[in-house]
Amino acid sequence: MDASTKKDLQKKACKVRMGVIEGTYNAKSGHPGGSLSISDTLTYLYYNKMNIDPENPENPDRDRLVLSKGHTAPALYAVLAQKGFFPEEELKTLRHIGSALQGHPCINIKGVDMSSGSLGQGISVACGMALSGKLDNKSYKVYAILGDGEIEEGQVWEACMFASHYKLDNLVAVVDNNGLQIDGKITEVCSPEPITDKFEAFGWHVITADGHDFDDIDRAFSEAETIKGKPVAIIQKSVKGKGVSFMENQVGWHGKAPNKEQYETAMAELNAQLKELEG
Amino acid sequence: MADVIKKATRESYGETLRELAEEYENLVVLDADLAEATKTNIFKKAYPERFFDCGIAEANMMGVAAGLASCGKIPFASTFAMFAAGRAFEIVRNSIGYPHLNVKIGATHAGISVGEDGATHQCNEDIALMRTIPGMTIINPCDDIEARQAVRCAVEFEGPVYMRFGRLAVPVINNSDYKFELGKGVTMRDGKDVTIVATGLMVNEALQASEILGKEGISARVVNIHTIKPLDKELICRCAKETGVIVTAEEHSVIGGLGSAIAEAVTECCPVPVVKIGVNDVFGHSGPAVDLLKQFGLSAENIVSKTKEAVKLK
Repeated sequence: MDASTKKDLQKKACKVRMGVIEGTYNAKSGHPGGSLSISDTLTYLYYNKMNIDPENPENPDRDRLVLSKGHTAPALYAVLAQKGFFPEEELKTLRHIGSALQGHPCINIKGVDMSSGSLGQGISVACGMALSGKLDNKSYKVYAILGDGEIEEGQVWEACMFASHYKLDNLVAVVDNNGLQIDGKITEVCSPEPITDKFEAFGWHVITADGHDFDDIDRAFSEAETIKGKPVAIIQKSVKGKGVSFMENQVGWHGKAPNKEQYETAMAELNAQLKELEG
Repeated sequence: MADVIKKATRESYGETLRELAEEYENLVVLDADLAEATKTNIFKKAYPERFFDCGIAEANMMGVAAGLASCGKIPFASTFAMFAAGRAFEIVRNSIGYPHLNVKIGATHAGISVGEDGATHQCNEDIALMRTIPGMTIINPCDDIEARQAVRCAVEFEGPVYMRFGRLAVPVINNSDYKFELGKGVTMRDGKDVTIVATGLMVNEALQASEILGKEGISARVVNIHTIKPLDKELICRCAKETGVIVTAEEHSVIGGLGSAIAEAVTECCPVPVVKIGVNDVFGHSGPAVDLLKQFGLSAENIVSKTKEAVKLK
């Protein structure tokens, strides 16, 4: 990835993080921690990888993304708004009565490929989308974004069996490995480790990457495209709350909105980061 | 009665899927290691490239069906009612119902007539569960002819459909010129003293009961409600007004199924007594299906005796 593309993605991801803070602050609820840990990946996919068009969101040939860890919808909405699927102003209506922007992704929102949020279900849906692509000889890719806590759901492993059995090499599952879930560290709650070994044992090609380094993210997704005959899992090391100092690596910021003071501090930090990138 | 043709509606399901395959190129079939039993093996044999075994993993199967539907396929996800509506309930609700995807659920082995397998596999709760999902259509056909048309209707209909089929071979009671209409109840036999509203294999029992009751001076109307949701409220309310009492008969728990749906409708439009016949809040157990049906009161004899009591409530 060239330096200017990388810087551009960093700026866009910073704006996505602002959207996350803006949305959860105005909603007075929501999930900033996991939204911030997946912001870079979503930015990369929607800006640098996926074949999507805000003017033609229903295009049957488009790439698809299922945010299986649907509670991190604020990040998805922020990317979709920045891409022009709907006005960025709408982010402030997140979770409000009458708003299209539901607490978890809803298929009726422009640019959202599937309703999700009940953990463990999105990867099965992504399998169905990928299978459909195979049946129709289409070249689209399907991306499923999972949390590392989410993979404790048994359905995930049912889907993993299915994906490798049917050789769904047009499916890429991303595990946002920030190491934290609501009740604490994933290794202490009911450990899903070793994650890499599990996916490999289920017949997947596994790539590990740094979820906050665009060069590494790019390397991982580019490698994924070369894999034939099996699905690909990208296990991304990430930091929950990434980009907002007081939220980083804090379990408490899984599902809590910032108050006014915290909102202002977070936005000031992100603005400073953006200024530095622009400077 | 010696020449009565009997057939299990699960067979009608499998055969109709095969028939529809040519007409609907986007029709695909999923199963969860039960193709021999659900009869989707009939489709599998003819169209192996459009059949996907998901293994013993019903939750994933429902999700895969949702994904296929979101890309324009018409997936028929098949397994036993216990696992389709029971185990996979939340996936059906959130991945199929909430996004209102065009998934058809073929749930076989519903009710007590599963027989010898016993309580773990006798699903008497599926109608109750599926009724609570907004936008879900529920069809419970009574015989081969109705089941075939129901499957055909489901494929033409846009939206999620739950189809309930039985394991037991049951008499074919409709004529070949029968026309299935989604959401429209069928008055099988007229009567003025009471209406027996039945669904699935209980329709035949209700017809026999009506015959017996007639000889005893009670004129019992028989209505077949094959589409439990959306319910033909207009017909039900008319029956309530005209006959003044309703008896419901279903191979399902008396909690949340057809009887509950009828009672809910009647209390709003024309409150009359509703007497429910079904599985009375107990688990089933092993035994030959025909004996179990009798034991659990899912018989013409029981309908006769309950109907006699019901007319006294008028």
